[in-house]
Amino acid sequence: MSAPLIAVIDYGLGNVRNMVNALNKVGAQPILTNSKKKILSADALVLPGVGAFSHGMKQLKEHALIDVIHKFASTNKPFLGVCLGMQMMFDKSDEFGETKGLGLIAGDIKIINIDSTKRQRLPHVGWNNIIVPDNALSWEGTILSGIQNNADMYFIHSYAASPILQDVLLAVTQYHDYIFCSAVKNGNIYGVQFHPEKSATSGLLVLKNLISLA
Amino acid sequence: MLAKRIIPCLDVDNGRVVKGVKFVDIRDAGDPVEVARRYDREGADEITFLDITASSDNRETIVHVVEQVASEVFIPLTVGGGIRTVDDVRRMLNAGADKVGINTAAVFNPEFVREAAERFGSQCIVVAIDAKRVSSDGEPLRWEVFTHGGRKSAGLDAIEWAKKMADYGAGEILLTSMDRDGTKIGFDLELTRAISRAVPIPVIASGGVGNLDHLVAGVKEGEADAVLAASIFHFARYSVGEAKQYMAEQGIEVRS
Repeated sequence: MSAPLIAVIDYGLGNVRNMVNALNKVGAQPILTNSKKKILSADALVLPGVGAFSHGMKQLKEHALIDVIHKFASTNKPFLGVCLGMQMMFDKSDEFGETKGLGLIAGDIKIINIDSTKRQRLPHVGWNNIIVPDNALSWEGTILSGIQNNADMYFIHSYAASPILQDVLLAVTQYHDYIFCSAVKNGNIYGVQFHPEKSATSGLLVLKNLISLA
Repeated sequence: MLAKRIIPCLDVDNGRVVKGVKFVDIRDAGDPVEVARRYDREGADEITFLDITASSDNRETIVHVVEQVASEVFIPLTVGGGIRTVDDVRRMLNAGADKVGINTAAVFNPEFVREAAERFGSQCIVVAIDAKRVSSDGEPLRWEVFTHGGRKSAGLDAIEWAKKMADYGAGEILLTSMDRDGTKIGFDLELTRAISRAVPIPVIASGGVGNLDHLVAGVKEGEADAVLAASIFHFARYSVGEAKQYMAEQGIEVRS
């Protein structure tokens, strides 16, 4: 069996090379592309991204990628959004004025609520735990399959997702008193707020799981 | 809980790790990829490369180092040294760096920090501050920003400068005490605490680490979010794993 073809969306944003490197490492055949044909023929899709929500959406529009993303999402093939990529899967964000997202998952993106009088800081940067939420049965059969509850993952962000439906919550993370959605699953659509491509062996396992779902 | 980070730092000259890295189980201790792999295996939370290549002709070598390390090591990588233009930032990020450290160029042109943060996002902009005590005994403590390896004062108050850089879009501050750098007597904890309390962004303490208690003090007394050290790890005096275990024993949250 040949290695699964994973399209990584190239929309002129941030550092996508490391996602390609990590997918290579776990035995996938990653292809960095914004070609509709290549995206639709891939076995799985990754939407990476760092930076501001509004800029990310603008770039997706400029590269005419919104329709093809929706088309891919409606197949049964796994689709993973990472960091900003996950955030853009939601309805909207408050970052720099309200901006509409892809609307693949109901909910919005809000700034992490911290208490600056207690010298709590933003961005939330570093290694933090991902936790099985109360409503979830287990991570078996998902991209978090085989990951220990409370595993450390690498985060770097100031905004986080609030899904409307609790049943899409796959993992939560706590920063000071704020608990946010750090992984989400809506059928074949997955999002992770942390960076699997930068989270050492646990992160690589997430990408390996993505491949095995492909 | 968000873990406190331990960040080993490697000086790279012409593509080779310098300052005498000594590991018995590494074939080529000058090879940045081998050393980075080793730190990754030991549980380093990030790795920082400081490019000290003097000749501008050889500046491309660090780009290749970053490319090679980024395809083998899957933890965050920061590159500092000689980052002067938006183009330098882009080159490093495209090579696989997650963050760049901006030092002298920020002092000479603070707008560069704003521009880089707007272009690439604050998450990848680390402003490195080299600070030195300028207050005399008995006076209230005061530090200034220094350039040229601690030889020249930029005439800027370090606390005010850190605040300004956070305002301009820096995502983190890498704070080095030039009084302590290379001394192995521990961080300047008063400096670290003063800056940590002054800015709303994470502070990485650097300069002076000689033993594991110094790392603990940096977090507990200096209130730093991360600690950076070079020589204690290079000479394999302590492994990163030992450092983390010790910090955990002292009640500090670390990544296991």
